[in-house]
Amino acid sequence: MSSFFSSSFPWEPMERIRSNMTNPYETRAALSGVLNLGGFMPKLLRALAALVLMIGAGTAHAASKLNVVTATEDLAALAREVGGDHINVDSIAKGYQDPHFVEPKPSFLLRLQKADLLIVVGLQLEIGWLPPLQTQSRNSKIQVGANGYLDASQFAKILEIPTGQITRAMGDVHPLGNPHYWLDPGNGRRIAKGIADKMAEMQPGDASYFQQRSADFDNRLAAAEKGWEAKMAPFRGRKIITYHRSWPNFCEHYGLDVVDYIEPRPGIPPTPSHTLEVINTMKRENIKLIFVEPYFDLRTPNSIASATGGDVVQIMPSVGGVKEITNYFQLFDYDINLIANAFNKVK
Amino acid sequence: MKRLIVLPALAGFLLWIGPLPARAQTPDSAELLNRMKAMEDRIQALEAEIQTLKGQQAAAPAAQPPQPTPAPAAVTAQVSTAAGAGENLPVYGGAGAAAAKVFNPDMSAIGDFIGSAGNPANRYTPALEMHESELGLQAIIDPYARGDFFLSFGEHGVDLEEGYITFTSLPGAFQLRAGKMRAAFGSVNTLHNHVLPWVDRPLVNQNLVAGEDGIDDAGLSLSRIIPAPGQIFLEGTAQAFRGDTEGVFRAARRSDLSTVEHLRAYRDISESTNIALGGSFARGHSPFVDAENQLYGVDATLRWKPLRRAIYHSFVGRSEFVWARMANLGGSTSTPFGYYVSGDYQLGRRWFLGGRFDRSQRGLCQPTAPLTQTSAACAAVTGIGPLIQDTGGSVLLTYWPSEFSQVRGQLKRTHYGEGREANEFLLQFIFSLGAHGAHPF
Repeated sequence: MSSFFSSSFPWEPMERIRSNMTNPYETRAALSGVLNLGGFMPKLLRALAALVLMIGAGTAHAASKLNVVTATEDLAALAREVGGDHINVDSIAKGYQDPHFVEPKPSFLLRLQKADLLIVVGLQLEIGWLPPLQTQSRNSKIQVGANGYLDASQFAKILEIPTGQITRAMGDVHPLGNPHYWLDPGNGRRIAKGIADKMAEMQPGDASYFQQRSADFDNRLAAAEKGWEAKMAPFRGRKIITYHRSWPNFCEHYGLDVVDYIEPRPGIPPTPSHTLEVINTMKRENIKLIFVEPYFDLRTPNSIASATGGDVVQIMPSVGGVKEITNYFQLFDYDINLIANAFNKVK
Repeated sequence: MKRLIVLPALAGFLLWIGPLPARAQTPDSAELLNRMKAMEDRIQALEAEIQTLKGQQAAAPAAQPPQPTPAPAAVTAQVSTAAGAGENLPVYGGAGAAAAKVFNPDMSAIGDFIGSAGNPANRYTPALEMHESELGLQAIIDPYARGDFFLSFGEHGVDLEEGYITFTSLPGAFQLRAGKMRAAFGSVNTLHNHVLPWVDRPLVNQNLVAGEDGIDDAGLSLSRIIPAPGQIFLEGTAQAFRGDTEGVFRAARRSDLSTVEHLRAYRDISESTNIALGGSFARGHSPFVDAENQLYGVDATLRWKPLRRAIYHSFVGRSEFVWARMANLGGSTSTPFGYYVSGDYQLGRRWFLGGRFDRSQRGLCQPTAPLTQTSAACAAVTGIGPLIQDTGGSVLLTYWPSEFSQVRGQLKRTHYGEGREANEFLLQFIFSLGAHGAHPF
């Protein structure tokens, strides 16, 4: 491609392009037409003709497997459940990093440039890093509103949609609702179905495959949910503290009551006065557990726990948070086991 | 005969790219239905909520005082109640609010206030200054392009810092930008003031790359990601500008366009560490004589940010080297050179410590920003005059109360080529209102 910036156009890359094409007869005919013009064709027309061939090559290549890029590993896990080996999936944010603060590194552009489908969490979770990546990707398929752009929040039950006046005095509040919605298995089911429908629409030849895998995921999730419900049932109504507002959907689903947060406001680091308030609240209401995401510092939660006789539980909000969580089921297995053990420990 | 073959090939190309936009706007009926269903559910939920609230209002005593706006901590409870009330009518999708304003561009205002103390030597800056107020308007224009405007308000005037359309859906993975923009010369020239890691710009930019405004001109920019081996990101950018850049280029005729070319290579060394290298070239008509001025630049940036602790610790090391070739009257050329090396370490979630070393040559009679008090002998000089060298160093401490504001102190010592010594302390407040889109990496 560098030849586009040089005065002469070498033919060697054309051979590579030709080898990628699906219909060698048409390709050869087109190429011979271009090559016959040899020295008579102006350089600009040669470049344009080569561009046509390159676009054709890219389209033909994309037809085999859907290239899916997701904003987070959770969405990648759900896409993998329904897409199986008929798609290639890659996520931008890692499960152990704060999804609000991802560096829009140029290396992500290489993945986004080839993506057929971009699945995002939405609700402004990725507002600080995804828009420049989309713009710079030079991929029209994944721009907002295009066919290859899927906002998963449209399928999910959204909590904490603020009412009344919203200002940044409330911290880094999400005006469209809390974006950590994937931590409710019901939402996981709906998102997976939405992804399967989108993939089926984009690749009709594999529609039955995607729908069958979606139904299978639904069944497996229903079975797993019974186990998770049983494990969490004894702890319904228990009060907890969390670091960030990452758990409203999880806590609503399993009946946990989040009384306060380590952050005084979303995105604002703990302050001494608020920490004291949290200590008093925990003592007054006999709260023993503090949930902390893996990307937050443990010093403040640990000091609160030691002051209140409580315990800090580092639970994972995302697939990939630790090595053993490689899919959506393992995320709930891991967290629910951890929570059940922690509640049993503190009584 | 040859022409007969060329024309069908060109027509074929046009037909090929023609359907692309049409394809992009093919209505996605399933998605539309899903969205309509979600909106229907949301309307029903809101109606139920209104009925509930009306019922509560009717039941409340008439003398009850109005409820204050709920505190942030109460938002959850309030929303939970709403969700609970709508148990049979769950809220699917979160984009129902403010539909009437949905097509307004994202608007932001960023304030940059600077206080200066100490001896500035021969480059005066005010003691207290609302240095810049940047107004940003950004939106997607249509399925094929987005638009960005950045208006820069000083204390006494307004300037269009940038205003351009970016075509995001061009074939062949090209990206075209048209409008007024900061040129892709090096890395600092592309940065707005509020994202600089320092209060001021390095001496090399002030002396050789048109000061604070930099190469910021009306023109066209075409860029492309170039395939490269080994997971290297390679991007080539070619830009053509009108040719007016204060102190560097001036277009006396329409044909005096300036051009900028930039090649950027980036690679992840590990998950936490990456390196970016760039090479730049700019040329344009001299502001002093009827000849060409040229700038050559090399830039390097090393970044480290451990993902598990990305919000607490990071390091960015930057350096840029610039060589200029400036034409003088009589056919002679001056070739000033300059560079800076800088490093910033994030100590904690809110604190950053940084340092910068500067060295740059300039012409004794060359206008600079802030303006240098040049010698009387310069009145007779056409061109930048004999070269002298400025050297400086800075230590910086930055505090972020939140991601929307920052306070920065910069202790700066500069030895100017005329023999004067400046010792200054700069204090800066940057504050952001509204929705300012993220800047490219």
